[in-house]
Amino acid sequence: MSSEHTILLVGNPNSGKTTVFNRLTGASARVGNYPGITVERMEGSYRADDGTSYRVIDLPGTYSLTARSFDEALVADTMVQASQGTNSVTVVLVLDATSIERSLYLAHQVLTLELPTVVALNMMDEVKTRSLPDYRQELSTALGDVALCPISAAEGTGWDAFRSSLERSLTEQVQATAPPLALRSEVETLVTHVAASLPEKLQSRSQAWARWALLSHDLREHLSTPTIASTIEASVWQSVEEAQSHATAQALDLELELIAPVYAWAEAQLQPDASPRKSTSEPSRAAHKLDDVLTHPVWGLAIFLAVMTLLFQLLFSWSDPAIGVIETLVGFCQQVTLDVLPEGPLADLVANGIIAGVGNVIVFVPQIAILFLMVTLLEDSGYLARVAFVLDRMMGLVGLHGKAFIPMLSGVACAIPAIMATRTIENRKDRLLTMMVIPLMSCSARLPVYVLVTAVVFAGAAPAFGFLDVGAIVLASMYALSIFAALFAAAVLRRTVVRGKRPAFILELPPYRRPILRNVLISTWQRVKVFLIDAGTVILAFTIVLWALLNYPKDEAAQMRFDQQRAQITRAGLPADVEESQLARVDDEESSYKIDHSILGRLGHAIEPAIEPLGMDHRIGIAILGAFAAREVFVSTLGIIFGQGETDEEDEGLRNTLADATHDNGEKLLTPLSGVALMVFFVLACQCMSTLAVLKRETGGYRIPIFVFAYMSILAYVAALLVYQIGTALGLGTS
Amino acid sequence: MEADKRLSDLKPGEKAKILAVQCEQSSRGRLLELGLLPGTEVRFIRRAPLGDPLLVELRGYALSLGKRDATMIAVSSLERNEA
Repeated sequence: MSSEHTILLVGNPNSGKTTVFNRLTGASARVGNYPGITVERMEGSYRADDGTSYRVIDLPGTYSLTARSFDEALVADTMVQASQGTNSVTVVLVLDATSIERSLYLAHQVLTLELPTVVALNMMDEVKTRSLPDYRQELSTALGDVALCPISAAEGTGWDAFRSSLERSLTEQVQATAPPLALRSEVETLVTHVAASLPEKLQSRSQAWARWALLSHDLREHLSTPTIASTIEASVWQSVEEAQSHATAQALDLELELIAPVYAWAEAQLQPDASPRKSTSEPSRAAHKLDDVLTHPVWGLAIFLAVMTLLFQLLFSWSDPAIGVIETLVGFCQQVTLDVLPEGPLADLVANGIIAGVGNVIVFVPQIAILFLMVTLLEDSGYLARVAFVLDRMMGLVGLHGKAFIPMLSGVACAIPAIMATRTIENRKDRLLTMMVIPLMSCSARLPVYVLVTAVVFAGAAPAFGFLDVGAIVLASMYALSIFAALFAAAVLRRTVVRGKRPAFILELPPYRRPILRNVLISTWQRVKVFLIDAGTVILAFTIVLWALLNYPKDEAAQMRFDQQRAQITRAGLPADVEESQLARVDDEESSYKIDHSILGRLGHAIEPAIEPLGMDHRIGIAILGAFAAREVFVSTLGIIFGQGETDEEDEGLRNTLADATHDNGEKLLTPLSGVALMVFFVLACQCMSTLAVLKRETGGYRIPIFVFAYMSILAYVAALLVYQIGTALGLGTS
Repeated sequence: MEADKRLSDLKPGEKAKILAVQCEQSSRGRLLELGLLPGTEVRFIRRAPLGDPLLVELRGYALSLGKRDATMIAVSSLERNEA
């Protein structure tokens, strides 16, 4: 039996809300969307003892219902909906017992809405181990009819009592009573003025929503969420403005007058008889000592470097065997398909379109899983907040948030998991900016291109200054260029597209806590699942389209010509090894011919005039277009175009062929100069459909991926053009 | 008690009482809602290695905030407390 009734989880960030959610919903959790907008939220179902199942929604962690950020607006939106009584809800308010005073601010706002509520006083284990004051008695009195359940979601203590309180609340629907609030009478008058303008449906909680509107007024840019927009109409904002001008006239600090009394209430609850304060709760000495080290200018940085090195090591070396296994399996499946199905377009589509597409998707899973495992561990332990604290000043120089560092750095491995990892950044604009520049970080898929091109154009070059390998210098320069480009783009985008000053850095540094393995695994699995389902389908579709572009139209006449050649060779009665090599040569020529005459090949010819000023020809153009499936495909596509069959960047045959390749006029195709232009193009171009698919998934639309593709393509083109043209004019590296 | 001090002027371990929060509109509301109110006691913990942001402790939790905001918060120093 399932009920229409919804359980809403509300609480501060770091309050253990997610642990409570995971305990309530078990394996049923999934990523859903807010109605009407493509912003994700965690949903699951809770099965009560009587067999009824309830929907559970984990709202974003927030310190207040005032809509100061998009996430807070979403929470407020859900609460407006609940207040209107369109759906029946029960609120589970998760309070962090270790920083209870601040938690009570949100608690007050939520309780004033008088919805059926259960309060979970979490982190009771920590209260004990850190010998913090235990306020359960005082809070229980303060909450009146609302059940207060001291729990430790991490350890499971108090959980059964919490469950039965929740179930009682679900059946009995005991509404919370609005806690008292001592406003000054002038302020009270203004609140009442606004309350009168609220729509009928909010009238029963009009004072609460009037206070909310007064605090949220200046933040209306965040409030374009469907429910709020349709409920809080222009007339309400009109009366808010009137109230504000009244306040200004009376020299009333409205904001302070509305917020301070809530804290006064909270303080009063925690010391009801004005007895001397219980020993003030301060982060433990051990935590301070740890912070001394982790945020130390020298030690902190050293440890941070060590952690990043480890993360990188895991991201590259751990994922490598897994990626290898996946690639082998995919290759095996393709081979089996080609063997089993009759030769023809169908077998080709299944093997090289569909199976290759699935392979293109799952090949990212190891890196996504490892990065999320690590990032969630760092976040849940409290370390990520320290990293942000230490690095914020530096990142701020280009308008990025301190938390952008780890995703940016992960971009050196792969942009896909890196873009997904930006979700640790709460502010939407900060996050958007980070996502837009991550694709500029030189990912590992660009490496084979650098290796091949460097080997071709700088083979045998004398070491610089007598000892520095030219290849190493080129490689280092490409990475330096990518980092510079990403930071530069961030600075420019912050002043243009993601306009607005960087929001002030305000971040709670939560106590150090041991991460809960279960939470880490669940959240990693959620990310992998979202990637497979949402981004995966787009990547698969793209792969099939690219396959078709590379294989069609079929050329019957050419096919017959190559078949005749093969027949001639077989009839000639040559020694077996000679025959085999001649047949292989025909096969390679056929592949090369096919690709040259495919739709993509023709596109390559069509764009030749545009890329000639960059020192490229149609063959490079075709490989660049093909590389859109995945950058490393560039090398194998070049191999096919130049009649070398399947190759990799270490292939001597391909290197030699490329080194000898010429333009139609006989000039060398790949000179040091055109090679560098090509590499610069690859550093800056968004040559990766998977990146675009993930951007679409994470930003909820096509706007951002299209923009990123456009700005990076233009940047890449202009940069490569400048390199080649200026280089040519100066006569650099042209032979 | 010293007057005319800013939150950003405090030394590590120093305790102070907030007098007024005059930050820009966008951060002010958030800081107030986080409990950084006139009359609240705070303890300055440290500056980040590059001098910005700052870390303070109030109401039993640790909050870091940008230097720019901290210079807009007037405090009066209480007794010096060695951390």
